[in-house]
Order: sequence, then C-alpha cells, then structure tokens
Amino acid sequence: MSIADARDRIDDLFDRDVTLVLVVLGAIYLAYILAGVAFGYSLRGQLNSIANLTFFIGVFGMLALALNLHWGYTGLFNIGVVGFMGIGIYVTAIVSKPPVAEGGAAQVGGLGLPLGVGVIAGVLAAGFFGLVVALPTLRLRADYFAIVTVAFSEIVRFTLMSRTFQTFTVPDTIDVGVAGLQLFSFDPAADTIGLGGGGGLILNYPDPLEAFLRLVFLWDPYLGLIDFVRRNIISNNPKPVIDGLAYGLVLFIVVGLFYSLLVRTGQSPFGRVLKAIREDEDVANALGKNTARFKLTGFVLGSALMGLGGILWYASRGSITPPSFRPNITFFIWIALIIGGAGSNTGSFLGGAVFAGVLYEGPRYVKNLVQTVFDFGDAPRNFGEAVAAFGSLDPVPFVVYTLDNISQLRLVIMGVVLIWLMHNRPEGMLGHRKETAASVDLSRPSDDDPAGRPAAADGGETE
Amino acid sequence: MSISETYGRYRRALGEEPLAVVVLLVALWMAWTLATGLMTGGIQVSSLASQVWDGLLRGLIIGLAGIGLSMTYSILNFANFAHGDYLTSGAFAGFATSYLIAGFGESSIGSLLLLGAGTSVTGAVIGVGVTTSPLAVIGGAVVAGAGTIALALAIDRFVYRPIRDESGIVLLITSIGVAFALRYLIQFVFGARTIGTTLAGSVPQVEVVELLNNQLIEYTARETAVIQGTFRVTAHDITLIAVAGGLMLGVHLLLQRTKLGKAMRAMSDNEDLARITGIPTERVVRTTWILGAGLTGVAGYMFVLWKGTLGFNDGWLLLLLVFAAVILGGIGSIYGAIGGGIVIGLTASVSVIWIPASFSRAAAFVVMIVILLFKPEGIFSGRTTA
Amino acid sequence: MSETDETAPDDGSSPAEKPSSAEEESISAPAEEESISAPAVEESTSAPAEEESTSAPAEEGATSTPVEDDPAAGDDADASATDTTSATADTTSGASDAPSAPEDASRTTPLEVESLRKTFGGLVAVDDVSFDVEAGTLTGLIGPNGAGKSTTFNLITGMLDPDSGAVRFNGEAITGMEPYEISNQGLARTFQIARELEEMTVLENMMLAPKGQIGESLWRSVMPIARNDVREQETEQLERVWEVLDFFEIDHLADEYAGNLSGGQRKLLEMARALLTDPDMLLLDEPFAGVNPSLEKRLLTHIHELREEGYTFLIVEHDMDLIMENCERVIVMHQGRILEDGTPAEIKDSEEVIEAYLGGEV
Repeated sequence: MSIADARDRIDDLFDRDVTLVLVVLGAIYLAYILAGVAFGYSLRGQLNSIANLTFFIGVFGMLALALNLHWGYTGLFNIGVVGFMGIGIYVTAIVSKPPVAEGGAAQVGGLGLPLGVGVIAGVLAAGFFGLVVALPTLRLRADYFAIVTVAFSEIVRFTLMSRTFQTFTVPDTIDVGVAGLQLFSFDPAADTIGLGGGGGLILNYPDPLEAFLRLVFLWDPYLGLIDFVRRNIISNNPKPVIDGLAYGLVLFIVVGLFYSLLVRTGQSPFGRVLKAIREDEDVANALGKNTARFKLTGFVLGSALMGLGGILWYASRGSITPPSFRPNITFFIWIALIIGGAGSNTGSFLGGAVFAGVLYEGPRYVKNLVQTVFDFGDAPRNFGEAVAAFGSLDPVPFVVYTLDNISQLRLVIMGVVLIWLMHNRPEGMLGHRKETAASVDLSRPSDDDPAGRPAAADGGETE
Repeated sequence: MSISETYGRYRRALGEEPLAVVVLLVALWMAWTLATGLMTGGIQVSSLASQVWDGLLRGLIIGLAGIGLSMTYSILNFANFAHGDYLTSGAFAGFATSYLIAGFGESSIGSLLLLGAGTSVTGAVIGVGVTTSPLAVIGGAVVAGAGTIALALAIDRFVYRPIRDESGIVLLITSIGVAFALRYLIQFVFGARTIGTTLAGSVPQVEVVELLNNQLIEYTARETAVIQGTFRVTAHDITLIAVAGGLMLGVHLLLQRTKLGKAMRAMSDNEDLARITGIPTERVVRTTWILGAGLTGVAGYMFVLWKGTLGFNDGWLLLLLVFAAVILGGIGSIYGAIGGGIVIGLTASVSVIWIPASFSRAAAFVVMIVILLFKPEGIFSGRTTA
Repeated sequence: MSETDETAPDDGSSPAEKPSSAEEESISAPAEEESISAPAVEESTSAPAEEESTSAPAEEGATSTPVEDDPAAGDDADASATDTTSATADTTSGASDAPSAPEDASRTTPLEVESLRKTFGGLVAVDDVSFDVEAGTLTGLIGPNGAGKSTTFNLITGMLDPDSGAVRFNGEAITGMEPYEISNQGLARTFQIARELEEMTVLENMMLAPKGQIGESLWRSVMPIARNDVREQETEQLERVWEVLDFFEIDHLADEYAGNLSGGQRKLLEMARALLTDPDMLLLDEPFAGVNPSLEKRLLTHIHELREEGYTFLIVEHDMDLIMENCERVIVMHQGRILEDGTPAEIKDSEEVIEAYLGGEV
C-alpha cells in the first residue's frame, strides 16, 4: 500500500518535471519557429533548423546528463568529457568501417562489423578508459582530478592526431599458436586499420539512421513516409530534411533512456552513496561504504554514457577529425550542466536544451535569419574596418562584422554567462532541488502514523 | 644532463614506492637508447643540444608564467584556468605596442594596433626584433606586463572578488568562463589567423656548431667538421634568457628582501598558515595579481618574440604545460615553478628522442600525472624557504 | 536487547543464541512495537553481528581483562548509571525496565589496543598506547588538547595507519584496514566536528547507514525486476530508520537538509546514523562539543539507554567532569601516552593526572 503511494508520488514528481521539460522545449521551439516565420524562412529551411536544433538539444542533453552523474552526483570534477566522446566514436568507426577494399583507396579501413557492434564496442571502450583514468586518480583532490582529466583528453587527441597510430597494415592471415603448434589461423577482413592521424577517418559505414531503422523494422514504413512527404509537402528531395528530423527523434529517445537510467541510478541506495561521497567521502567511508568502488562504478558508467554521447554526436557525420575533440566541447557541456543545475537530472537535460537552443545554436540562427533577409554585402574583413566606420557614425559595418563573426562572439557570451551564473545562480536555473536519493518514498510509513502528515511536506519538493 | 635529471626526478618522486623499480628500468632504457644513439650517430649531438636549448628556453617561459599561476593557486586557493589567456592578452597588448612603435608612419595606427589586420603590414615588414627595433621590444614588453596587470586587476575586481569566499571549485569554474570570454574576445578583435611577428631567419644568430668546428679544426689541425649538424643561438634566445632570468632574480629579491614579499612567501609556502590567517587581505591579493599577471604578460610577450608567431590560442595551449610545471614544483613555490617549468620544457622538447614528436606534450602531461599520483606536494617542495 | 534482558552474554554462549532470535525478528520485523526506545538492538543481533562475534568472545572472555578491576568498575558504574537514569528517567518513558548491571555480566573486551605508535614527521603523536574496552561499558578517553586522543581514535577507526602496534576488534586484527572495513566489522564512529551530509536530508542520511543494502549494487538498482527487491528492502529499512528517528526524537526534522540542523541536532543525527550501521561498539569523538546543556542531557540519556541495551562505548572528550560522572572507566592520555587507566575514583586520586591535567587545565 505504501509502495503504491510512493508510486503515485513519484508519478506526481515525474508529471511536474514532464510539464517543465515540455514548457522549456516548447518555448525554445516556438521561438525558433516564430523567428523563422517572421523572417520568412522557407518550410525546408524551417525544418532544417528544427532538425539542427533537435540534434544539439539531444546531444547536449545526454552529455549533460552523463556529466551530472560524475559531477552532480559523485562530485568528480571531470573536464575530460570530450576524450571519452572521442574514444567512443573512434572505436565505433574502427569496428564498423568497411575494410579498405570496399571503402576505396587512400584511406584507413575498419573491421567491417555491423554498426550496432561498433556502437557497443565504442561505449565499452569509453567505459574501459574511464576505468583506466579513474583507477589511480580517484583519490586526488577535485582540482587535481580536473587537471588530470583534461590532460587525459588532450592525450587522447594527440593520439588521434599522431602518425604513429595513423594506419597499420593487417596481415592477410593471422596464425594463433602455442609453442610452435599452430592452433588455428584466421583471415581478418581488415587490410589496414588505424586512427587516421590528422586527416581523421571517413565514416563510410552504412547510414546510422538507416541501420537503426532496419534494426527495429521501421525502414520500409520510413521510406513510405518520405514518399508521402515528397508527394504532398516537399516535392524536391525531402529525404535529407526528414532524415535530420528522424535522427533528432532517435536522439530524443536515447535522451529518454539516459534519463530513466540515471534517475533510477540516482533514486537508489547506490545513488545515495554517490551523493554521500559528493558531500563527504570520509563519512561515507566511516559508514561502511567502500567509497572507492562506488566512485569507480559511477565514473565508468558516466564515461560509457559520454562515449555513447560522442558516438551519437558524430556518427551521422561524413568524417571525424581530431580537432573536433578539443576541450572546448567539454566546457560547453559543463556550461550546459551549470545552467541546468548540477545534481538534478531534469535540470541537466533542461540545461542541455537551453544551452543548445540559446547559447550554442541561437546566435548562429539569428545570423542566418538576418543574413537571409538583409543583404549587407560583404562584411568588413577585420575589426579595424568595422570600427573605423564608427568614425562616420555608421554602425552597420560593425553589426555586419559582429554577425559574420558570431561564432567567436557566442563563445564570449558563453564565458560571460558562465561567470554570471557562478555569481548569481550557481545552483542552476531550477534552483535547489530536493531529488531524494531513495527508491521509495521516505515519509513515515503510513501504518505507523495513521493520521498521516500532509504528503506535500515531505520529500520530492522543490525548495 | 637531462637523463640524470629525469632519473633523479623519478627517484625522488616515487620514494619508496615499488613502482620505482619500473621507473628505474624506464630510465635505464632511456639512458641506453640515448647513449647508443649518440655513439652510433643515430642521434646527433648537435640536434640533442638544439633540443635541450629549445627545452630550456621553453621552460623559462613556462616557469615565468608558472610563478603567477602558482601564486594565485596557493594564495587565492584556486586553479586559474584563465591564466593562459592572460598570457595571450599580454602578448597581444605587447605586440600591438611593438607594431605601433616599430611601424609608426608606415601604416595607419589602427591597422598597426590590430597587428596588421587587413593590410600587408607584418612584423617582418616593419622590422620588429630586438636588434632592429630595440625600443619597440622594450616598449612592447613593458606594455605586455602592465596591460596584463590592469586586465588581471579588473577581472579580479569584477569577477573573482565578489565570490572570494566560495570554494576553489566555484572559482575554477568561473575562471573557465573568464578564459572563454578573453580568448574569443581576442579572436573577435584580432581574428583567428596566426600572425607572423618576426621574419624567420632575420634575427641575428650564431651558428654554434660551426664555431666549435672551426675551433676544433684549428686545434686538431684536421680538415673536416668534427661535429655534424647545426645548432643556432639567436638574439631572441639571448633576450629571452636575459629577461626571464632578470625577472626571476627580481622576484627572488622582492620576496627575500621586502616585508610584503616575506609575508607573501610565508603565505604561499605555508598553506596551513594561509588557512589560519583566513582569507588573505586584499592588499596581498592585489600584490599577488600584480606580480603574477606582470610576469605572465611579459612571459607571453617573450614567448611570441622568441617563436615568431602569435595566435589567439597560444596561451591556452601553453596552460596545461604551465599547470604541469606548477604541480611538479609544488603549488605555492616560486622556485618550484621555475624548476618545474624547466623540467617540463625539457621534457616536452627532449622527449622526441624516445617517443614520436606528436606525443612530446603528452610526455609532459604524463610526468605531471605521475607527480600528482605519487608526490602531489611537488618534487621541489620543502626547500622553497631559502 | 537479548544481551541485557536475558543476561545471556555471561560467557561465550551468546553467539549461539543470537542467530536464531535474529532470524525470527528480521522476518517479522514490524511486530515488535514495544521496542520503540530500543530500536536498533533487534537488528544489531541480525546478520552481520553474528559472523563477527562467533569467533571472538569465547577466547576473549577467557584470556583478557584483569579480574581485580572489575568489582570496582562495576560499583562505580552502577552508581553513575543509576545517577543518570534517575536524572533523566522522565524524558524517556520507562525505557530502562532492566536497570544496569550489565557490566558484571560482560568480561569480554571487544576492543583491544596494543602498543600503538604514530609519528608525524619528528613528532610522536601517539606513543606506545595500549588499552582495552570491555563489552557493554562506557569508557572515557580524556586528556588535554594535543594529548593524542583524536589520533588514537583515528588509528583505531582506520583513518590513519599506525607506525606500529595493533588494534583488535572482537578478536580480529583490524590494524591497517580501511575505515569502511572497520565499520563493517561493527565498530562505528562519529566525528569530532559533526560531519553530516549537508545537502542530503536527515532521512537520506539515515537511509545511507544500514549495512547489506542490495541496492548499493548499481545493477540491481537499475534493472527493472531486481529493483523491486531493492524497493522492498528499502521499505523495510525505512521502518527502522523512523524508529531510530523517534528514539532520538529528531523525527520532526526528517525532511530537513542535514546542513540546516543545529550543532546539537547534528550530533544526534550522527549518533543515530552510526547506530543504524548495526555496530557492536560506538566510538564517539567529542560528542558533547558545541552542544547546549539540554541537548547534552538528552545525548547522555540516549548513550546510557543504549549502553544498557548492550552497546559498548568509547568516548573521547576533554570535558573531565562529564566523563567522570558518566563513565565507569576512564583512560587519561597525556603527550601521546597513557597516563592513567582506571575508575573515575582512581583517576581523581591519581597524583599524575592531577599534576598533568587537572592542575594545568582547571
């Protein structure tokens, strides 16, 4: 009976959070659509921008959720997120890329295994490297841990870039034997294998969306849908647009899985120990918890999820190159998490959504809109020309220059927002949330206290 | 020399750890590789000398910048991730000044201040260099220091001071925000291009190997070169050594001789004392920023003068090496930062003997991680108070 | 409860009885409603306790503890125990139906410390410290600041590793074990400055403590079907948590963040939390520091009640009077050494103690 009560209460909380999520997402999407309409975007442009927005909300949402497990729950200051992302997608690529013979000349081949296998391998590899990083370093102070993790992510990037691992030739047959006795030999499909060096890897495996839809037997209906759209809505090659939207949808489903996994993790005795470690590791230890083991498990899970995040971010690109895995990405995810509020899963996703919609994509979207509507001609080539026009009281060149360089300016804005948040709202936009770390409702069991206390006064409330 | 250093460093770092055996074996292997390489000619003496020289100079820059980072780390108790971008800011401010002085009249003031953006003006054209325009270099270095001090104080006033009481982690995250804002503001104004500040080869230089060979030939009366390869020392190398050495000596005297310096030394040497004293007075904080930022700005300027190119990412790329140096030397130790800088600089440069060049920075990071794991108080700690 | 009420643990026979009663109780947990004031004991005899004690007490009782001490200790403890129970009987209604006298019964020494030594740099913080603590007693460890009490404490609980010497708990060497391993042996501790987990509610703090939570395995917590077991166990555990909250009279604070509690409330929470780990013995590090007098009285009442239920206490304190009044045995440390070890009366008479401690401090 009390369990049923608890279910109701958790459902309540869930409903409230669902409402919150819907409101925030609705606001972001509405702003994009309205702006698009106001500036006279074509339907195709609209859909493309929506797909793009959905993509970034998805990836930032899931990565912020994964980081929340590290920082928000366990207090592990990981600023090497991008390293785990890179490991994830690179391993996926190596496992799933076709052998060179199929992929064409002049590039590194892969093992040619199905994409699903590649994804699993990538996630496992990211988790494994999480273990390797965490095993010796977990006892370090938070700031030292931060420096080690960012150094790790840089080492990953150097490795991806290096010529040493660029390409290896795989022998045609590999003999496995013991002490001269040949046990068996096999013929690996791959001819060459490697990380591709500075040129990166071309992701010439089957389209991930197609692979996924075939896996769930939705490929034919999907083709039907595209056909329908082509006949009725967008006549000119609608597939890329719909692909984008569908991929976004898949990302949202994965975000949902991340969310439910992490909520379950958080609302459990396991999550409670993580939380205790965040608060005071010595106390958790003195209460009989093998804190090292908990930290390790939490870190490895988070790293594996970051690997998956990296895979989903880059898998649909044509290629991957090492410069994509600079520490900036890590900091983006941190800003997203801090916007949403570390410690809260709902907050993490919302932080990812707001970061993606407002800070990451927002400025570029504004630029695109403005540039479609107004034709300013060529932007000033440099800051000097832009400022010089002020002399003749003409602000237009400066505005145009600003728009033209919005991708730099938005990083300045991110920095300022981060400073502002740390000054004014370090707990994130949702404020302080009491997300009770237990699998059941912790209020006094009702049979003890038949009078019952007002349910709302107990756990699960925002403060 | 680097071998015995590396060896000694590891031995000290690991103390009685069983891992010491592994490290010892690695060190022996390194020594063996080097020795056989030198004997068989696989490694040229001259190229080894070049690498050591390069590492030493790089190390001086890292050390100079590290002093500031180390001081703020220990006195304000946070890892300042914007420190690298202070260095970049100093370099840009300094070179804008140098361009202005060296190129005055050759181009518009605006384009000079923007380091020749959109024009054909480059450092080589207007002749920025310590021999061609010593005044421009001196002016640039001074402005680099002063400008960085002003920047650091302004940022401290508006960003760090309001949250002085918060934990080091809050300040660290905030400093990431500062780093972003600074770095991309610089990019917004100066562009993403890499700016050539001096013309390669135009700086006066001495061919040391040639000199040595001439001497040797004269002495041994043999006709052929005794040492292969080349090893050059440029005027900017010497400038860097003079400036960095001078500033380090200055800091040393300041900390040893002045009352304020002694107070600061006590605070940065002794973390416990700093903690007992509570939040340091604003005066000490200000002095910390002035010293740290000034040295960092000049380090940035000298770095760019020495390597001849300038980009908005320079400081950030150097930052982790500076962190490595500071951790190696022991946070709060000024001499540790200098020593750590040189060790890290040498590691990054000389490691190419043993590992592929693309991992030279990784080698420095690995040294840092090993130190953090086995001797987090740093290898030079305990001998900072002279 | 079994220990005190049935006067069972006289000799090594108790371990044989424990498991059977424990099993019954853990199956039919909610039935025992009368034990509101003694919530933890029924559980403390359950699973983990039996394993540890099986090997130990039989030999222990035989080998250790000088016999001549006992009568005196017993007398004094009786006196002090009745003192406090009469003083505080009104606050906790009829909790002590079986008043005192467990000291005579127990000859075992769960905690044995032997020649502990710890130096920091050149400084000898703890120098050849040996003592043992008898089961079911309230032993005080006092000494002026810097006497090495806290270091000794940290050496016992595994926060520090001794340079030499040994610590045995229930006959098992726990020297050099990790704090969590020691805690899992049944030796719980509190901290000098209450270290509540600030951003967790009182309930979360309490729910953290119990041992053997299956949901501490990530796999079980996350997998759909296994999670039901976790929920079930948590529901059971919750009942006990509320009982202990009631016992310590902090149930009205259950949903409060621990960081919002007053100093005294934090001490109560810490003790309650430590109790939930099902310890055999509790080590309290200055439990009365920064606690107002009325809360101090409450804490003392709880400590005495728990002791009567069979818990063993070692209390580090520098308030001499408090220890003298409440403990049956007092160990005095000074400059890293044990100066005196005896009943409060003996301590009061000790020239050395007066000179080194009372003379200096009071």
